[in-house]
Amino acid sequence: MSVLVYAEHDNAALKGVTLNVVAAAKAIGGDITVLVAGEGCAAVADEAAKVEGVSKVLLADNAAYGHQLAENVADLVAEVGKDYGHILAAATTTGKNFAPRVAALLDVGMISEISGVESADTFKRPIYAGNAIATVQSGDSIKVITVRGTGFDAVSAEGGSASVESIDVVKDAGVSKFVSEELAKSDRPELTAAKIVISGGRGMQNGDNFEMLYKVADKLGAAVGASRAAVDAGFVPNDMQVGQTGKIVAPDLYVAVGISGAIQHLAGMKDSKVIVAINKDEEAPIFQVADYGLVADLFEAVPELDSKL
Amino acid sequence: MKVLVPIKRVVDYNVKVRVKADQSGVDLANVKMAMNPFCEIAVEEAVRLKEKGVVTEIVVVTVGSKTAQEQLRTAMALGADRAILVETEENTQPLGVAKALKALVEKESPDLVILGKQAIDDDNNQTGQMLAALTGMPQGTFASEVNVADGKVSVTREIDGGLQTVELSLPAVVTTDLRLNEPRYASLPNIMKAKKKPLDTVSPADLGVDLTPRVKTLKVEPPAERQAGIKVASVEELVDKLKNEAKVI
Repeated sequence: MSVLVYAEHDNAALKGVTLNVVAAAKAIGGDITVLVAGEGCAAVADEAAKVEGVSKVLLADNAAYGHQLAENVADLVAEVGKDYGHILAAATTTGKNFAPRVAALLDVGMISEISGVESADTFKRPIYAGNAIATVQSGDSIKVITVRGTGFDAVSAEGGSASVESIDVVKDAGVSKFVSEELAKSDRPELTAAKIVISGGRGMQNGDNFEMLYKVADKLGAAVGASRAAVDAGFVPNDMQVGQTGKIVAPDLYVAVGISGAIQHLAGMKDSKVIVAINKDEEAPIFQVADYGLVADLFEAVPELDSKL
Repeated sequence: MKVLVPIKRVVDYNVKVRVKADQSGVDLANVKMAMNPFCEIAVEEAVRLKEKGVVTEIVVVTVGSKTAQEQLRTAMALGADRAILVETEENTQPLGVAKALKALVEKESPDLVILGKQAIDDDNNQTGQMLAALTGMPQGTFASEVNVADGKVSVTREIDGGLQTVELSLPAVVTTDLRLNEPRYASLPNIMKAKKKPLDTVSPADLGVDLTPRVKTLKVEPPAERQAGIKVASVEELVDKLKNEAKVI
């Protein structure tokens, strides 16, 4: 039995979440092969070869895969993956985009966002925004799975010595074209990888007020997130959204500022180790999950917090 | 051009579901049901394209029980022209639904299929992508902007790092994200009119598809409950607790 892990990267470096996916692959068992598909991404393959527990790296380096277009990537993964027992990808917008296509091409069901491995064919996954945890079993010969990074402790990026093999499978469906990308640039850690996350909600009132959170975040080495309400109101861009349909985070410390705590938001952060809530509404549901709650006006509490750190 | 909008009937998003004592699933008895929020956004987008004169006909479809007629009527009250119910009592899963939709795509030949990126019950986020694969269509998932021009559709997608724009040849599949639009409410006259719009019922067998689930649910449990902690009186106390008790800063 062997597992194919699809590497998440930006053509220059391997994304940390791949280490969590490899951890899920280890829990399933069997040889682990990592597929690196992209353009000019040989360095990523070398990095993947060093990951603990990886026995082989396949490198598909072609312009067709440069922007991770689902049509091309899915065709590639379906062809390469048909000889494997499991195909795993991260439950990121890249993995979620192409993995269901792979499953359909292979005529197998798919299991989304697993948070636990029970056995080689049985997995745990959250449903209903995490208000229930389902244990599901796949009867298909190939299991196509996306992995929720926060469910698995990352394996070490070092210690492996896998071989890198180039494959010349070129799949260009020719029906889609990359046009442009607007990526947020930030010196702060990535939301899903940060040890500390500070998020703002509707209570922040506008985008300028997020500056207060950025200042605290920079003192703590934290990432800054937001609730859906804050994103919908246009305070901050979509890539900062934490919740059922945004990013799922589980840092050591999560500080929710001016966030009421709708179940859709809780779904994205309630596995954090320590949760702090700052809200002036003492009845806000966020306090029901917070380890430390401070009932206060955030416009006084956050600057004070900043000065005390 | 014609648009096909597949929708799903789910538990209303305001309902906090409870797991059944026998762990067989969540308790749906007497729970308020509604159209999946992402599907409402899909219907709205189709209606807006029709209002702009890009689209001439909107066909809404669901794969589910007879009760889902309610949501089809809602979609028609919002502006869909006609509806198709693929009636089944089976617990539907994305691959089976995608196969049923593929059969309808072959029959209806839409230029665009717009559907929600995920249903808030099973949180799968699969059906649109699977339909695209089965029909060989390109896909624009997690859309926050859709523009149709010159036989192509340009889709701006919400991705983890920000936004990405792709151009797809038609026919294509688009799945909606939260910020694509804000769905309208159906007016009373439109709700009345929707009752007279055509609603066809077909069976999975009519379409030649097998909806047997591929993935078996062994049990459903409530998540580990998180206990509410303590209230601190001041920022000073908070910083002290984080440093000395939780040791996280």
